[in-house]
Amino acid sequence: MGEYVIKLPDVGEGVAEAEMVEWRVEIGDLVREDTILAAVMTDKATVEIPSPVSGQILWLGAEVGDSVAVGSPLIRLKVEGEGSSPSPVATAAEPSAQAEDMPKAVAKPAIPGAAPTRASAPSRANVQAPGTPYGAPRPEGDRPLASPAVRLRAREAGVDLRQVPGSGPAGRISHQDLDAFIARGPQAVRSTGLQQNVSVEDIKLVGLRRRIAEKMALSNARIAHITYVEEVDVTALEELRAALNKQKRSDQPKLTLLPFLMRAMVRAIAEQPNFNALFDDEAGIIRQHGGVHIGVAAQTPSGLVVPVVKHAEARDLWDCAAEVNRLAEAAKTGSATREELSGSTITITSLGAMGGVATTPIVNYPEVAIVGVNKIMVRPVWDGSGFIPRKIMNLSSSFDHRVIDGWNAALFVQRIKTLLETPAMIFVEG
Amino acid sequence: MKEISCKLIVIGAGPGGYVCAIRAGQLGLDAVIVEARRLGGACLNVGCIPSKALIHAAEEFDKARHMAAGRSPLGISLSAPEIDLAKTIAWKDGLVARLRGGVAGLLKKGKVKIVAGAARFRDGKTIAVETETGLQIIRAEAIVIATGSAPVELPFLPFGGSVISSTEALSLDKVPQKLVVVGGGYIGLELGTAFAKMGSAVTVVEATARILPQYDAELTRPVAKRLSELGVETLTDAKAKGLGANGEALVVEVGGEKEIRLGADKILVTVGRRPVTEGWGREELVLDMDGPFIRIDEECRTSMRGVYAIGDVTGEPMLAHRAMAQGEMVAEIVAGHKRSWDKRAIPAVCFTDPEIVSVGLSPEEARHAGTAIKVGQFPFSANGRAMTRLDEDGFVRVLARADNHLVLGVHAVGRDVSELAAAFGLALEMGARLEDIAGTIHAHPTLGEALQEAALRALGRALHI
Repeated sequence: MGEYVIKLPDVGEGVAEAEMVEWRVEIGDLVREDTILAAVMTDKATVEIPSPVSGQILWLGAEVGDSVAVGSPLIRLKVEGEGSSPSPVATAAEPSAQAEDMPKAVAKPAIPGAAPTRASAPSRANVQAPGTPYGAPRPEGDRPLASPAVRLRAREAGVDLRQVPGSGPAGRISHQDLDAFIARGPQAVRSTGLQQNVSVEDIKLVGLRRRIAEKMALSNARIAHITYVEEVDVTALEELRAALNKQKRSDQPKLTLLPFLMRAMVRAIAEQPNFNALFDDEAGIIRQHGGVHIGVAAQTPSGLVVPVVKHAEARDLWDCAAEVNRLAEAAKTGSATREELSGSTITITSLGAMGGVATTPIVNYPEVAIVGVNKIMVRPVWDGSGFIPRKIMNLSSSFDHRVIDGWNAALFVQRIKTLLETPAMIFVEG
Repeated sequence: MKEISCKLIVIGAGPGGYVCAIRAGQLGLDAVIVEARRLGGACLNVGCIPSKALIHAAEEFDKARHMAAGRSPLGISLSAPEIDLAKTIAWKDGLVARLRGGVAGLLKKGKVKIVAGAARFRDGKTIAVETETGLQIIRAEAIVIATGSAPVELPFLPFGGSVISSTEALSLDKVPQKLVVVGGGYIGLELGTAFAKMGSAVTVVEATARILPQYDAELTRPVAKRLSELGVETLTDAKAKGLGANGEALVVEVGGEKEIRLGADKILVTVGRRPVTEGWGREELVLDMDGPFIRIDEECRTSMRGVYAIGDVTGEPMLAHRAMAQGEMVAEIVAGHKRSWDKRAIPAVCFTDPEIVSVGLSPEEARHAGTAIKVGQFPFSANGRAMTRLDEDGFVRVLARADNHLVLGVHAVGRDVSELAAAFGLALEMGARLEDIAGTIHAHPTLGEALQEAALRALGRALHI
């Protein structure tokens, strides 16, 4: 019998650490070669870790949410024959001894070879007494659990402790709980049948959700947003789109509005290339790109991802459409690669029929512009002699005001508007 | 006839009444306390305090006799000790007088007016007191009834002559040769044990199947064992029928059929205490009753506005510390504070040999209530301090809810475990879980370690057993 140590493999170029997002096995499980043991997540992609050997899991080196450095031990297995460990120590049944073997936690998880560091404190639910989830309503007839001093304060404050959720073990009401209850002010009188739900659930932010949170916070903290909303008459565009879809070849994708918008953006960027740029604000450099790599924000079951249509300037309408469809599908199934999920220079955000009247998109840092598509509505438009029904769609676009002035932002959007309202112009050279 | 008015009248200066008056004084209320007999009530004068004095003296004497008989493993020997009960009683009386003086001092400090005499209600706001100097009329916004309780008298065995109550038992001038105790509750056993240790031949007559029927058998077993060691005869399922023809013997029906005659110098009747609900003009009021007791709510209010009742007159458990807590609370309510009876635990102590402490629910009560419980019991035979004191009998038992480990009850039997009542009560009142007790460092070597170990044992990880 030997011990085999699986270390976190190199999961991508320049990646020093990955976040543990899922364990597929538990200590004691028997696994075969190629069994998927865990999933880790890098900046963009989720990578599954298969087992190179068959054996029994002895030790798991990280908790979900931990950052794990590339090359640090992840799993220990009991295997037949010689293990990978130079000194196969009999630590199978002693978790504490194993814990000492773990590398010491360090403050900077980004150092290669560093140990897993806890992403967040253990959630409150983990320290609860059995039987009493935090904030759970007290069972009928149970007396509120509180020290005499808390009971006295409650009495003097006119607080019925039965209404106060207790955060302590066994649901004990602390002075802090009482303070919090009093600070919330008098509660509304209960109507029949309606109960206040005082439960609080702590959900640990892991994986993609954490990435999104960090990214959004960064964007919002660094970028001075300006949002410009303009309406676009897409009646002609929709007629063209319907006509093209009607006569398309079977191998061609169904056209949505997005490829038209992408082509229009390519045209607008040709005239205002500073919108297709990444602003390195620490270095003070605006890196203007020649290639137009359009990120398309897409909702997936686990959250928001941004697959990227590379070199939209070199793709025609049908090619753009095909690429958007392919990427959207890959993002939804989780099979999009790290490369397909990074490298955008400008972004489109669209919620389709859920697009609303106007939005305030957050610029995809370090880009400088994001074009938001709102829903198409048929609205009456005055043509000088009467109201006529027109298909109207708003564009809500945000810009990094540090490097793009409002006037220029307006010009950019107006150019796209003109192109979309007279779609032939998108395709006419010169 | 003199008339005065005040904010608060307390009728009865027992532990409930005098605490109420002292607290009222501290809160600046204009308070009057009326007592027909002596300050301190039954507890201080003819109850808790004097009985503990007598029990202590008896215990010391018993130890000395034990040593004189050459049975002490400690290597101490002495010759023929004697006890002069009259001296013991004089010492006890001195002690009681000192405490009484203390109560008077505290009342004075609180500017409480003490009126000596029997109080009688005229209406819900007025009482009349027969004082030495004449009738005193007192009006008050609030009146607290704290008239306490008195020993129950058996109609076929009236007090007088050789038939005595606990009051007389605490003032005997010599140790009775033969003592029969009617009633195997805590008062009878405390006093019976004391007299047995001082040399009386004691027989306990108990009507039910076992002594101390309010405690579970596990808790009372060490007490029964010690009683038999002391030569105390306990007759269970035995009913006292009355005095024999010559007045010197007690007729007892045993097992529902045969009658026996127990010769006795003194027959101590301790068959319980009854609330004093007569003799103070209850008929002038319209008080709702709860059986023999005055009905009160959570603020000790009676059915009449401005009339409160506290202590033994309001029901079980008839314990001084309950009355004190009620008295304190009522004074604060009368002073305008928001208070309500929300105590979780009223410890009960039985000063037998060994002592019994019970706080909170017993295992049976918890099971009866349908609560899933965990029980941890730790014997003093595994406690170092108990061994050094030659007191290995007994145990501490902790019971808690199975789901969240909230402690529901703590019980103990053993020498001097009454002093552990403080820790037991605190645990319940603070809402401790087993982990709280287990996680508290208990000083070594002390009896209290058994509490921690019992909690650990309930958690399945006792260290010393």
